Amino acid sequence: MTTTAETIGPPRTSVGALGWLKRNLFSPWYNALLSLISVWLIYSVGGQTVQWALTARWEVITSNLRLFMVGSFPPDQVWRVWLVVTLASLLAGMSGGIGGRTARNIVFSLAASFGLFGVLSLAGGGYEWHFANVLAIGAGYLLTRGRAQWGRWVALAWLLAFFLTLFILYGIEKNEWLPLIGTDRWGGLLLTFLLSIVGIVFSFPLGVLLALGRRSRMPMISLFSTLYIEIVRGVPLVTVLFIAQIMVPLFLPEEMRLDRIMRAMAGVTLFAAAYMAENVRGGLQAVPSGQVEAAHALGLSDTLVTVFIVLPQALRVVIPPIVSLFIGLFKDTTLVAIVGLLDLLAVGKSVLAQPEFLGLQKEVYVFVAGVFFIFCYVMSYASYRLEIALGVGKR
Amino acid sequence: MKKLVLVSMFVLVALIVVACSAPAPAPSAPQVVKETVVVKETVIVQPTAAAKAPEPTKPAVAAPTAAPAPVALGARFTAIKSRGKVICGSNDQVPGFGFLDKATGQFTGFDVDFCKALAVAVFGDAKAIEFRPVNAAQRGPALQTGEIDVLARNTTWTVSRDATWGLFVGVNFYDGQGMMVDGKKYPTVKTLKDLKDASVCVQTGTTTELNLSDRFREEGVTFKPVVFDTADATFAAYQGGRCDAVTTDISGLVARRSLLNVPADHKILDVVMSKEPLGPAVPLGDASWYNVAKWTLFALINAEELGVDSKNVDQMLTSKNPDVQRLLGVTGDLHTGLGLSKDWVVKVIKAVGNYGEIYDRNLGPNTPLKMDRGINKLWSKGGIMYAPPFR
Repeated sequence: MTTTAETIGPPRTSVGALGWLKRNLFSPWYNALLSLISVWLIYSVGGQTVQWALTARWEVITSNLRLFMVGSFPPDQVWRVWLVVTLASLLAGMSGGIGGRTARNIVFSLAASFGLFGVLSLAGGGYEWHFANVLAIGAGYLLTRGRAQWGRWVALAWLLAFFLTLFILYGIEKNEWLPLIGTDRWGGLLLTFLLSIVGIVFSFPLGVLLALGRRSRMPMISLFSTLYIEIVRGVPLVTVLFIAQIMVPLFLPEEMRLDRIMRAMAGVTLFAAAYMAENVRGGLQAVPSGQVEAAHALGLSDTLVTVFIVLPQALRVVIPPIVSLFIGLFKDTTLVAIVGLLDLLAVGKSVLAQPEFLGLQKEVYVFVAGVFFIFCYVMSYASYRLEIALGVGKR
Repeated sequence: MKKLVLVSMFVLVALIVVACSAPAPAPSAPQVVKETVVVKETVIVQPTAAAKAPEPTKPAVAAPTAAPAPVALGARFTAIKSRGKVICGSNDQVPGFGFLDKATGQFTGFDVDFCKALAVAVFGDAKAIEFRPVNAAQRGPALQTGEIDVLARNTTWTVSRDATWGLFVGVNFYDGQGMMVDGKKYPTVKTLKDLKDASVCVQTGTTTELNLSDRFREEGVTFKPVVFDTADATFAAYQGGRCDAVTTDISGLVARRSLLNVPADHKILDVVMSKEPLGPAVPLGDASWYNVAKWTLFALINAEELGVDSKNVDQMLTSKNPDVQRLLGVTGDLHTGLGLSKDWVVKVIKAVGNYGEIYDRNLGPNTPLKMDRGINKLWSKGGIMYAPPFR
């Protein structure tokens, strides 16, 4: 006990903050030089960036925020979008209650950002919906906490919510409460989300079917799948979108006019399905043949083997490529701006044509990039945690 | 097994060939169908409308010679009426001409207002309209396929476009290619000749780029083109001093000049390097719809010439001027020839104003663009904006 007081600690320059600095930044002389140069670079580049960010005319974003979020959706009907968002928040809260630490983290950050935006808009109004979302997340979380057996129902609810969303946004013809809002009025982040969610939801089953089809022993099915995958992978997405927007109407009779957003959704889905198929096929090949043989030996039919033995193992392996496919898909939806749909990026370009905000490209594009980064990062983070939870690469 | 694959491959190739060759006659097929529909319509419409029309017109105006048979509506006009809205191919990112308004979230601008005028003319409602933003590459096919009822998207009227895309209804903006230089750096530059060996910033892939080299070759002057992908990049480079001069449509130069650091330093040379008459166009194949679009534009211009605007249009109904009376449908039955309502011009002017009001609201001196009317002034005021009379 008494000896501790007499113990001489290590030199001050080798522990603590000073020690860390010396070890990592200044240890041989050339590292010290590099450190100094780096600090100077960061200062000169970062300083200017910070200076720009402080003096930038951000009012181009704040005064056009509704446009960025929902495009030309009628302002008096924006509550429908909010209703959908709140519904999603409730379900997210429920998933957070059931899921593990990652789901909880994401859901809590979501609630925190709604709270933050709510406080920020306290002065300007419109904060009610923000706080309603915080409440919805909390309610959902409390409702399902410790009730993991509800997982299936929540998943089903998500699927139902997807169709309910489309219904709420589209509305009913000649209805007082829910007037019809044509898809030509859907825009901004709302459209970006709808396009990517539809793309993700529908391309997944399609891709799995195509992957199984390509490995099928039936020649026509495997030939069709192979041809489909190779042809679609051989053309750029822009081409597919152009065909959907410009060529398809040429071939169809004049009365048969498919909705433009629908055509874009179909284009994105069919395109993503081909890539999905190749990812899934990679997973299928990774499943050892012993698994299939063992299952057959137990008397399982081909269908059962595929559904319960092969696919679960295959899909687990390909989570990383699938998520990067989804992230790519989310960003690729901006290509619809080229064919005249008003997604987030297209709204940004149109806002730049407002006479009072001419020449504010930096502000607008930095904002759009920031929005994309946030959502892509969340997807990437979630998939990383999901891999860890499923033990990919360990089991 | 191999044979089977080969055979099935062969069958597939054959199928693809058939599928690809089938669409070839398809584009022309709808037109043929359209023609037959037109004939059908004339047969059906004429007796019923002819039976109806003389009753109201005869007691109202005792002019039996001036009772033109109501127009037979073409296929497109009929389709538009039954659809209940006009589909307008518009621009969504050109300052002053077409962009999203931050307050309403709706499209607004000079070209957009023409679409609104058209919707009011047909339906009496400026909201009976669906906007389809189309870019430069899409606008031709969109017109050809009939996806849009009208293209109002600062498009230059040329013979090839009239022949293949659709019919231009007139000119709503006379533009021309211009040249801007820094007046402080080059105070003596007045003509293209003075720009010998100068570097000129220009956007690539445009008619502007082609006109630039045409004009300089014509003058026998050498120059260095510095090309950029977008208008933004072009003007950023000019501002940064990468080139001595910059060229694009004069309307664009004016709009962009207001964004430069010291706008007054830059002067737009008094040379017009090309004619760029911009105007709306409608798809081929329906003369009645073409007429409606054409006369909506002429009504706007005539209204300005006759001093009818959105504020005084109600008083003008009692005007003694026969030109005004005919324009507003107080006398005569010019509207029957177009298949529109009697007071259609009144409604249009009330909703969007006359040509001058539309110009001033979107491009004029009270907007950030501050574009001078220039040759877009009325012919009676020193410009070349001229519309055929309502008679």
